[in-house]
Amino acid sequence: MSSWPRDWRELPMAGIINIAGSSLDYKTGTWRARKPVLYPDKCIKCQICWLFCPDMAINRLEDDSVEINYEYCKGCGICAEECPTKAIEMVEEVG
Amino acid sequence: MLPDVNKIRTIKEIPNIDLFVSGHRLCAGCGIPILIKNVLRAIPDPKALVNATGCLEVASTIYPYTSWKVPWVHVAFENAAAVASGIEAAFRALERKKGGQKYNVIALGGDGGTFDIGIQALSGALERGHDLIYICYDNEAYMNTGIQRSGGTPLGAATTTSPAGSVIPGKPEYKKSLMDIVVAHGVPYAATLNPAYPVDMYNKLLKANEFEGPKFFHYYSPCPVGWWASESMSIEIARLAVQTLVWPLYEVEYGKYRITVNIRNPKPIEEYLKTQGRFRHLFKPENRWIIDELQRRVRENWERLEKLTKL
Repeated sequence: MSSWPRDWRELPMAGIINIAGSSLDYKTGTWRARKPVLYPDKCIKCQICWLFCPDMAINRLEDDSVEINYEYCKGCGICAEECPTKAIEMVEEVG
Repeated sequence: MLPDVNKIRTIKEIPNIDLFVSGHRLCAGCGIPILIKNVLRAIPDPKALVNATGCLEVASTIYPYTSWKVPWVHVAFENAAAVASGIEAAFRALERKKGGQKYNVIALGGDGGTFDIGIQALSGALERGHDLIYICYDNEAYMNTGIQRSGGTPLGAATTTSPAGSVIPGKPEYKKSLMDIVVAHGVPYAATLNPAYPVDMYNKLLKANEFEGPKFFHYYSPCPVGWWASESMSIEIARLAVQTLVWPLYEVEYGKYRITVNIRNPKPIEEYLKTQGRFRHLFKPENRWIIDELQRRVRENWERLEKLTKL
């Protein structure tokens, strides 16, 4: 089984979860009060934000540039705090 | 000299794979995922994980969601090391009888599940010499259940069961020295990890692959909620812990000590303490002795480690 069960009879026994990484369906981005904004022109592609992000919400692309995934970012601000060139800024989430 | 192939020098050499994925419900600014994602990158497949009850287990597998892309089992608070021993023995028997690949078995426990509740299972696994990796993520209290003090809570830290007030100035006892307990078992490899030193952390994790037998890691896991700290400061607090000698980074190979991050000019411990609300009461004049005591002990511990490296 690799998709969600249609009713309880299809549930696996004993609390087994057999869809690996199914938490991707749970968007933690709604937790956020402040959001990180990336200024790509200041980014030196050092990967510090990618390494430290506790929510794996910073994607490292092929050319080592980064992008922020707002679906999962909880807005902790570690990336903005640790960025050596201040290429990430935390702003209030509006709306 | 040729570069050591089993060592990285920069963050960029860490592979871009995530076997612990987004959507977990650990708090914003939690230090645990920074450890886990790098453990899963550094320890090669196939691997199986055993997780004691704790923040990581509770927040990563809320039914029907799981953040793991590797075989993972949740066990009770006390027996992560015992279950990991059994899994390791089973895989070894399978390999002997039917052939097949050797699995890397990793046990994960918090400070409650390692210092207090799981220590007999851990001690047993270390003594029997199972080929496994045990990792303790130490956030210095029972954070998952509401910040109760544990054997890993340092002297003077306020928790909900050691509140700072007129009766006690935070936790009146010292932090248990878990590394010394583990090293006393004569394990092949034991090391301390800190998220603010990721290259050091990653190299130690890679090194674990070279040893047969029990390997132990003690990870400093910043907890913004339980430490009453700003969530953006997690890495900065972890860095200060190393620079003030609160969390010395060293490794022990068959009893031989080696300091991996040398601190030549340690910062005063106040710089570390003032970043966290759990130590705020220590700055009152009547509690000054606790700061002096903590400062004395971290310095003594560092001097002891320096002597041990020369043995």
